[in-house]
Amino acid sequence: MNKIWLIISREYLVRVKKKSFIVMTILGPILMAALLVTPTILSMQDQQNRLVALSEKNIEFLEPLNKIENTKFTVIPDEELELLKKDFSQTEYYAVLDKDKDQFYLLSDQQISLSVQRSIADKIEKIIERNKLKLAGIDLKVLESSVTEINIQTKIITLDGENINSSTEGSMGIGFITGILIYMFIFMYGTMVMRGVIEEKTNRIVEVIISSVKPFQLMMGKIIGVALVGLTQFILWIVLTMALAALAELLLFNPNELISQANSAENTEIMSKITNLIGGINFMQIILCFIFYFISGYLLYSSLFAAVGSAVDAEADTQQFVVPITVPLLLAIMLIQPVMDNPDGTLAFWMSMIPFTSPVIMMVRLPFGVENWELFISMLSIITGFVATTFLAAKIYRTGILMYGKKISYKELWKWLSYKG
Amino acid sequence: MADLILEVNDVVKVYGDYTALNKVNISIPKGSIYGLLGPNGAGKTTLMRIINQITAPDSGSVIFNGEKLQGKHISMIGYLPEERGLYKKMKVGEQALYLAQLKGMTYSEALSKLRYWFKRFKIIEWWPKKVEELSKGMAQKIQFIVTILHEPKLLIFDEPFSGFDPINASIIRDEIVNLRDKGTTIIFSTHRMESVEEICDHIALINNAETILEGSIENIKNKFDNKQFEVTINEENLLESQEYTIVNQVHNVFNLTINDNFTQKDVIKSINEKHEIILLKKHTPSIEEIFIKAIGNE
Repeated sequence: MNKIWLIISREYLVRVKKKSFIVMTILGPILMAALLVTPTILSMQDQQNRLVALSEKNIEFLEPLNKIENTKFTVIPDEELELLKKDFSQTEYYAVLDKDKDQFYLLSDQQISLSVQRSIADKIEKIIERNKLKLAGIDLKVLESSVTEINIQTKIITLDGENINSSTEGSMGIGFITGILIYMFIFMYGTMVMRGVIEEKTNRIVEVIISSVKPFQLMMGKIIGVALVGLTQFILWIVLTMALAALAELLLFNPNELISQANSAENTEIMSKITNLIGGINFMQIILCFIFYFISGYLLYSSLFAAVGSAVDAEADTQQFVVPITVPLLLAIMLIQPVMDNPDGTLAFWMSMIPFTSPVIMMVRLPFGVENWELFISMLSIITGFVATTFLAAKIYRTGILMYGKKISYKELWKWLSYKG
Repeated sequence: MADLILEVNDVVKVYGDYTALNKVNISIPKGSIYGLLGPNGAGKTTLMRIINQITAPDSGSVIFNGEKLQGKHISMIGYLPEERGLYKKMKVGEQALYLAQLKGMTYSEALSKLRYWFKRFKIIEWWPKKVEELSKGMAQKIQFIVTILHEPKLLIFDEPFSGFDPINASIIRDEIVNLRDKGTTIIFSTHRMESVEEICDHIALINNAETILEGSIENIKNKFDNKQFEVTINEENLLESQEYTIVNQVHNVFNLTINDNFTQKDVIKSINEKHEIILLKKHTPSIEEIFIKAIGNE
């Protein structure tokens, strides 16, 4: 027990002290924060005021076009327009809107942003549409009163008759994110275990170590050590991301503005929308299950990755054995969409019972609500699954780590399973 | 026998359809330097792995110090495998401490003993270096220290001199002899027969998964006595006689074999009567010759 603790702490410390770990830990949140903040910054940048010139013959569009945010339209005489078309650089204009027969043109000395182009087209389309309707003798008021918007509210009725607001979009979002996160965690840290095993083999230190500890202790020490590295990185990422996001918000927004925003009616509406989106979801259950499937899924796969590492001499040779391990994981990722379409269907049910796909698929299903007995069986099956893979992997591992310079086939691996101690 | 540190009885180890060890028997006396010899693939490494409890035998028994070999004996055995290495990215001192603690030493005990050995080998300045900065020979020294650090009762060295220059090889050899003098038993596997001749007092020869020869060097040499003499006389012509057969001749130096039913004394007497003996030397087979002959006989 003491020895396995020594191994765990070495595996952990060596990786945590690595420059790449520190860099990744710092860069990760910056990237994530960038993902969160960039859209805000971009939309803020868009607030620059543009001036677009309009030819006299298009004067009918002036008023509606001026409703476009951050863009101002003015009508200029045709002579000036012709001049502008030749030389843009000296003027304050962002672009010129012109029309030749039925074709509209936006002329500018720079690439015109897609959103500007789209909103101008939108407005013009509407005006022309209305004109056509008017010509056909349709009363615009009647038309306006016929516009309807339908919003279906879904509700889940629980056993005690209470009904909870539910939202398919919210469930899909959470299911998708947690499913993908579990996949990433298993893959990243599973490969890390595999590399660690190959390193010990190519450095030829493995035989020195297993004359002091059992191969199983070495393998488990590595798996647990790497799991702790993963958890550390994960927690640091969450903490740093939140800190960075908070910092960015403070720097980018005026605090007074924030307060006034919070009070505004618009904001309350957004808040109620968010509550609607995620209101029906049992967060405590999701967090607990996430941790459970996170760990058990990792344990299931990492022992297999360790076995692969033990069977080869160099990372380049791992391909043929890694592919079969990744296939079920990739399958789970590909099945996320169909499972979301029908979270209680047969496919979803079985995929969340089979230990190789259940960590991802069960996380996808959870926000939609899963019966307790299903969850129980799925958990039981993945525990059985990782005990079984660890047992088999350990057999391959203890033979593999002492084999050098031999190309290993599946037949060979099968034989190793039958070797005694 | 009470003075055996290790007894291997009828050990069998089979990998699939390949037999690595087939009823191997060896007995290692306490305080000896025991040479484990054999051609490549004979099963030496498998035997050493079994003694280190890296693998378990399919059948047969291993007795260590009078008890059945078990987990607690791991800390009493030191093993320097042929395929040995260190973590390249780790610092020398850190790594030595880690390996020593894995053998069951406490941190402070390991630290003080490592200091002693690093100073003794004059390599204390390597302590904060990374292993990848060391040469192969330097790394071998660290491995040697880590192997003997916990003062095991039994040390197993697989090709301990590989990677050392002659000066360092002799330092290591002196340390091995030193450890033997302090009471440690040493199993020593090598292909370098001259070093076996130099330091081993017992040997076992393994070939094709079986022990074909075992015992003290003296006994084995006697057993392989080819009854040959080299005799130098005062003339270039040695008379034939019933006591011996002339194998070859170079000037006045003759190689003779003692014929059956005669002894060394008879031969000397017979030559002495007819010639003047300048030099007479009994030919003892070298371990290398024994090795080749024993395996050739198989």
